[in-house]
Amino acid sequence: MLKKRIIPCLDIKDGRTVKGINFVAIRDAGDPIELAKNYVKQGADELVFLDITATVENRKTLVNLVNEIAKEINIPFTVGGGINSVDDVEKLIIAGADKVSINSSAVKRPELITEIANQFGSQCVVVAIDTKFENNEWKVFTHGGRTITSLKTVEWAKQIEQLGAGEILLTSMNNDGTKAGFAIDITNKVSSAVNIPVIASGGAGSKDHFKRVFEMTKATGALAASVFHYGEIPIPELKNYLKEQKIAIR
Amino acid sequence: MIAIIKYNAGNISSVQNALTRLGCQSIITDEPKEILTADKVIFPGVGEASSAMKYLIEKKLDKTILAIKNPMLGICLGQQLMCEFSEEGNTKCLGIYNTLVKKFPNTDIVPHMGWNSFTKVDGTLFKNLKTIDNVYFVHSYYAEINEQTTAVCDYIQPFSAAMQKDNFYATQFHPEKSADIGEQILKNFIEI
Repeated sequence: MLKKRIIPCLDIKDGRTVKGINFVAIRDAGDPIELAKNYVKQGADELVFLDITATVENRKTLVNLVNEIAKEINIPFTVGGGINSVDDVEKLIIAGADKVSINSSAVKRPELITEIANQFGSQCVVVAIDTKFENNEWKVFTHGGRTITSLKTVEWAKQIEQLGAGEILLTSMNNDGTKAGFAIDITNKVSSAVNIPVIASGGAGSKDHFKRVFEMTKATGALAASVFHYGEIPIPELKNYLKEQKIAIR
Repeated sequence: MIAIIKYNAGNISSVQNALTRLGCQSIITDEPKEILTADKVIFPGVGEASSAMKYLIEKKLDKTILAIKNPMLGICLGQQLMCEFSEEGNTKCLGIYNTLVKKFPNTDIVPHMGWNSFTKVDGTLFKNLKTIDNVYFVHSYYAEINEQTTAVCDYIQPFSAAMQKDNFYATQFHPEKSADIGEQILKNFIEI
C-alpha cells in the first residue's frame, strides 16, 4: 500500500534554516545539511527546502546548497522560493533537486507550470498554494502570504492540475504557526477536487493532528517545520503512533 | 567503473551521487566505447518517453544499449524505455522486455508518488530484501507484468516494479532515492 508521507520543511535564509511564525517572526534553527541528514536518519519520507529570501544574490548560495544536499541525502527533496522561469528550474534540477515548488510566479504566469512540466516532467512541478479563509471563502495569497489575489483556492487547485502540476502543497495561513491542527476543511476540499497528490501544511502541533489530516482528507503527505526542528514531535515517535492508529506509514 | 548513460532525461546526477555514497566510481557518458567497456551500466531517466526515445535514436544510443553485454540497470523511465512500446507519446521503445507500458487509469491519484512496498520480490537485485520493504516511486505510466517481472507492486493494479532479462535489469522505482533499502538494491546490482 502507498504510504502517507511525513515531510519536514526547512525554511532557508542565507544558507541557514529558519521558521516563520505566522509568516512574520523568524527564529534560527540551524544548519540545513545537518538538519536534513538528521531527518533522513529519523525516517522523514521527503524533504522540502524553501528559500524565503530568494534575492538574486542569494540564488547562487541556494544552488550551491542544493548541490551539497543532493550529495548527502538519499531521499527525494523539493526546492522552492523565488523560482520565476524554466531557467531557474534547470539550475536547481541540475544541482540535484528532485522537484521544484513554485507559488507567486505560477499565479502571475500560470503557463510557467506547463513550461516546466513539458521540459522536466509533471512529477517535478509542485505548486504551493498559500490560502486564507477570509470573508467566508478560501482565497489564494502570494508573496509569502502578504498579497491577496482574486483566486478561489479550489478553482485554482483544479487549474493547476490542468496546467500540468504533479503535486500541490497546500498551506493554510489561518493555521500556520498556531499548532492547533491542519486545516481539515480546505485540505479535504482541495484533495477531493483534484487527482494529483496534495500535501497538507500549516498548523501541526500534535501527533493526533497528523492522524486527523490523513483520516479526514485525501492528503497523501503532511508537512511541518517547527514541531520537528525543535524536537517537539520526534519523527520516529510520530510514525510509530500513526502505525498504531492503522495509518499506512513507512 | 560504472557508466551512467547521458541523455535528455534529467536528474542523472542523483544516480551518480548515490554511487559516490557507496564508494563507487562512475562516469556520465554518451560515448559508445565507454558504455560498452564499463563493468556496469546504469540507464536512468526522469522525463517523457517519446522525446527520450527520439534522442536515443538520434545519438544511436539505442543500438549501443542493445549491444551491452555487462549488467545494465534501467531506472524509472529507463525501465519503461526497455519495454516494447509505451502509450506515452505512442512510442516504440527498445524491446528488451516484451511488455507494454500503459498509463494508470484515473481511479486513484496519479502520479503514483511516494513510498510503496511489494507483493512479490525475486532475483538478484532483491537479495536480503522483503516484500514489506518500501521504495520510492514517482510515475504515471507502468509496465505490465510478464515472465520477466521480478518484483510486483500493487497501486491501482499490480504492475512490474522490477524486471530482468539476461544482463538487463530494471526498476520502476528510484533506488537512488530509496534510503537504506535503495542502497541495498544498488549494492546488489554492483555486486553482480
